[in-house]
Amino acid sequence: MNKNTNLIKRITQMIFDSKVTILFLLLFIIAAIISGKSLTFIIPELFTRIARNGFLILSLIIPILAGMGLNFGIVIGAMAAQISLFITIYWGLTGISGFLITALLALPIAAFLGTLVGRLFNQMKGSEMIGGLVLGYFADGFYWLLFLFVFGGVIAFDNSKLMIASDASAYNPVSINTAVRCVAVFCLALTLLLAAARKAKHLAVPVKTLAIKCGLAVFVLVLTFIPQLEPFLSHSTVTNGIGVKNSIDLMGIYKYALDTVPMIKIAEYGFYIYIIFSLVSLVMKMIYRQKIHWKSVVIKTVIVCGAYALTFIPAVDEFMRRDKVYLITVVDVLLPFTFGWQAAKWFNARFIEKKSWNWHRAVLPVAGAAVVYLVSFIPSVYKAFQLTQIPVMTYLCIGGVCLLNNGLMKTKLGQDMRTVGQDRTVANAAGIDVDKTRIIAMVFSTVLAAWGQLIYLQNLGTMQTFGHTMVAQYAIAALLVGGASVNKATNRQALLGVFLFHALFVVAAPAIKVLLGGDAGAIEEYFRAFVSYGVIALALALHAWKKKAAK
Amino acid sequence: MTESITNSRVFKGLAKFGLPRIIIAAFFLLLLFGTAVLDLGVTSALGNCISRWGMYGILALAMVPSVQCGVGLNFGISLGITTGLLGGLISIQLDIANNPALVAISPTFAVLAAFLAAILMACFFAAVLGYFYGLLLNQVKGSEMTVTTYIGFSMIAFMNIMWTVLPFKSGTLIYPNAGRGIRNQVSLDSSYKGAISNILKFKIGSMTVSTGLILFFLFMCLIVWLFMRSKTGLAMSAVGANPMFARAAGINTNKMRLVGTMFSTVLAAVGIITYSQEYGFFQMYNAPQMMGFISAAAVLIGGASPKRATIFNVLLGTFLFQGIMALGLPVANQLFPGTSLSEILRILISNGIILYALAQTKGGGSRE
Repeated sequence: MNKNTNLIKRITQMIFDSKVTILFLLLFIIAAIISGKSLTFIIPELFTRIARNGFLILSLIIPILAGMGLNFGIVIGAMAAQISLFITIYWGLTGISGFLITALLALPIAAFLGTLVGRLFNQMKGSEMIGGLVLGYFADGFYWLLFLFVFGGVIAFDNSKLMIASDASAYNPVSINTAVRCVAVFCLALTLLLAAARKAKHLAVPVKTLAIKCGLAVFVLVLTFIPQLEPFLSHSTVTNGIGVKNSIDLMGIYKYALDTVPMIKIAEYGFYIYIIFSLVSLVMKMIYRQKIHWKSVVIKTVIVCGAYALTFIPAVDEFMRRDKVYLITVVDVLLPFTFGWQAAKWFNARFIEKKSWNWHRAVLPVAGAAVVYLVSFIPSVYKAFQLTQIPVMTYLCIGGVCLLNNGLMKTKLGQDMRTVGQDRTVANAAGIDVDKTRIIAMVFSTVLAAWGQLIYLQNLGTMQTFGHTMVAQYAIAALLVGGASVNKATNRQALLGVFLFHALFVVAAPAIKVLLGGDAGAIEEYFRAFVSYGVIALALALHAWKKKAAK
Repeated sequence: MTESITNSRVFKGLAKFGLPRIIIAAFFLLLLFGTAVLDLGVTSALGNCISRWGMYGILALAMVPSVQCGVGLNFGISLGITTGLLGGLISIQLDIANNPALVAISPTFAVLAAFLAAILMACFFAAVLGYFYGLLLNQVKGSEMTVTTYIGFSMIAFMNIMWTVLPFKSGTLIYPNAGRGIRNQVSLDSSYKGAISNILKFKIGSMTVSTGLILFFLFMCLIVWLFMRSKTGLAMSAVGANPMFARAAGINTNKMRLVGTMFSTVLAAVGIITYSQEYGFFQMYNAPQMMGFISAAAVLIGGASPKRATIFNVLLGTFLFQGIMALGLPVANQLFPGTSLSEILRILISNGIILYALAQTKGGGSRE
């Protein structure tokens, strides 16, 4: 009897805790019924949007765990992505290799901006969220300055497809080469000057970081003198106009660059990377005289080699030449895979680590997989699943971020972040550098957001040069819909959130059209803004409410 | 030597004035100088400064009650702004400015009556909405700024939908024939454009001074000043300065915060109508979204903090900020043709000053 009431209490509590999620589910169902759209329309569209937005939303998780709240600063990561995208498009790079170079270029830009954001947030502990929001608008000012004035007005860009055609005769822009040299010399001078100022004040000068900073500046300076790089850092001072065009078509440049990587290539390069990685790790361990578990190394290598060898079987090879798989295939594989995975876990716990095995945790995944498998036998669902294609590489990237978020929390750094997030005073007493940990969390988030924006753009196929302002708002709203809060978020909530949030918008436009008739274009946009702002306002208010009640 | 400088009265006075204000005032003077050097018409530019001062003044004034009662910078004045727009639209729909009975007395009287009707209706809506808004803000003490921002944003988005579906009929309001909903910009030409701006308007050379607008703005300042010195106003300031002390003194803190929020919302509603009658248009849809940030930036430039704001902060801050905007546009267009540098300048200044203010009042160091 007692157990029963307990269970009911727990269930009601669970429903109450996930009220935003349930509200969204209801809204989705109502809108789906009104719109009259079939599953064959909804499901493929939905999976496209998850691929597009999943990565961005997952970039929000690390700062939440570090106690910095919802990171409205990810819009700065998006800016870094668009800056590097513009530059590599100007260089004329295309395809997956160009895309990877763009991601590589976005890394230092985003990391640098991330440290700046982190430093600023350390000045306003407790109001990071409003600070991040205002910072987004503030950074927009600089972004506009860059894209509407500096590109073309100060630095020459000779490409009529990218630049706004306008009379630039009043300006004397310099070549990219000169601009890079000026910036490098300026940074070098500034770093040395600051160091000298510290020395004059008898403060300690961090020699190591100083050397790294100066080395970087000199390295960039040397790069500009290499003749092979001349096509990239052209000496041209011709400019086609002031400012960058409003939208840049990525068709034939980066559109679907990541989505269309064939599985066979992923397997091939994954194999090479694994081999190189394990060799490097072996050598490092030998150098530092750490113990090497030869048995596990050999077993792992054999498994990986075996898996790679499988791809040479003609049938497998044929299958893996594709870049997308059908959702129905995934569902079919999911059930045996989940069973196998849980069985392996059980085997590992029972016979290798000799621990007791917690079967409660296995019930949910197995039941979930089974339900999805059974649901796929409903004819309309089967048809929709059959039509839905999943870009493998993009989903692998999303999975990779999930693993990163989880894996990071198992490291020392991740534990520090957790501690800082729970209580800064305790963390400080425990000898953790609170400010530094927070900056690192910000760097992670900003870099991931930059990559997320790149993935988003390559799938969308056009870059709206000034269309990134809502990135943070939509991502945060989606995360909150999944049941996350200001101080707690998991990968699962992020994925559920992106699923539900975008599910609603897939059906909202046709539903509004049915309800109001005629053109729904503007209303749909307003509705989307209203829902995302409303969800954020609601979640923030509920959080503040709870905090007050707890006092 | 250095000590004598830092101890001097001038230095102390400047230090009290604050670095951001010094920079912004210097920038204002630089722009004024630039206008003179580039021969862009200093007098007309100054007239422009003054009219913008009157336009944005009441909106910035709306920050004072909310800051003083402890709610902080009210980024949610967009709530008041939307109710102001609603009142203004209803007044146009009723066509009070062209009502034969009123026009028979005097056309100017009819225009003024329409303006006042708009303000009264807007105040009513704003008071009702502000009441519920205040109730909500009492539940989220400590996180008001983030919550108000998003309440403001969602209100704007919600009213965007409303503007599209509300059954307004007047031809000046809605899109002609095929379109749906209210126009992006509603012209006030046929209703109350310049209702108070045109009172006692005079011209010196190329400088036009809207005396009525400035008087109205100063009148609103006087009202707020008197209110802040009334018993309620003083109690409100006490709540903002130290809630624990105020409660110990027997003041109902929640009620005072409620009054402050309502007052702020009402002022915003009055502010947007005053703004629009000078501008000549109601700017609908997303146009007022950033108004809260602009107003907050203005009082912060004037020397306010998220915990304390005075009428003087409003007067000085709005003049400096809007002065830079008014002077910056022609200067930037002259120096850098074909760019939108002055718009970028607005974004950098308004958001930069808010960030500065937030960084000054940090919640606590890493070693608390």
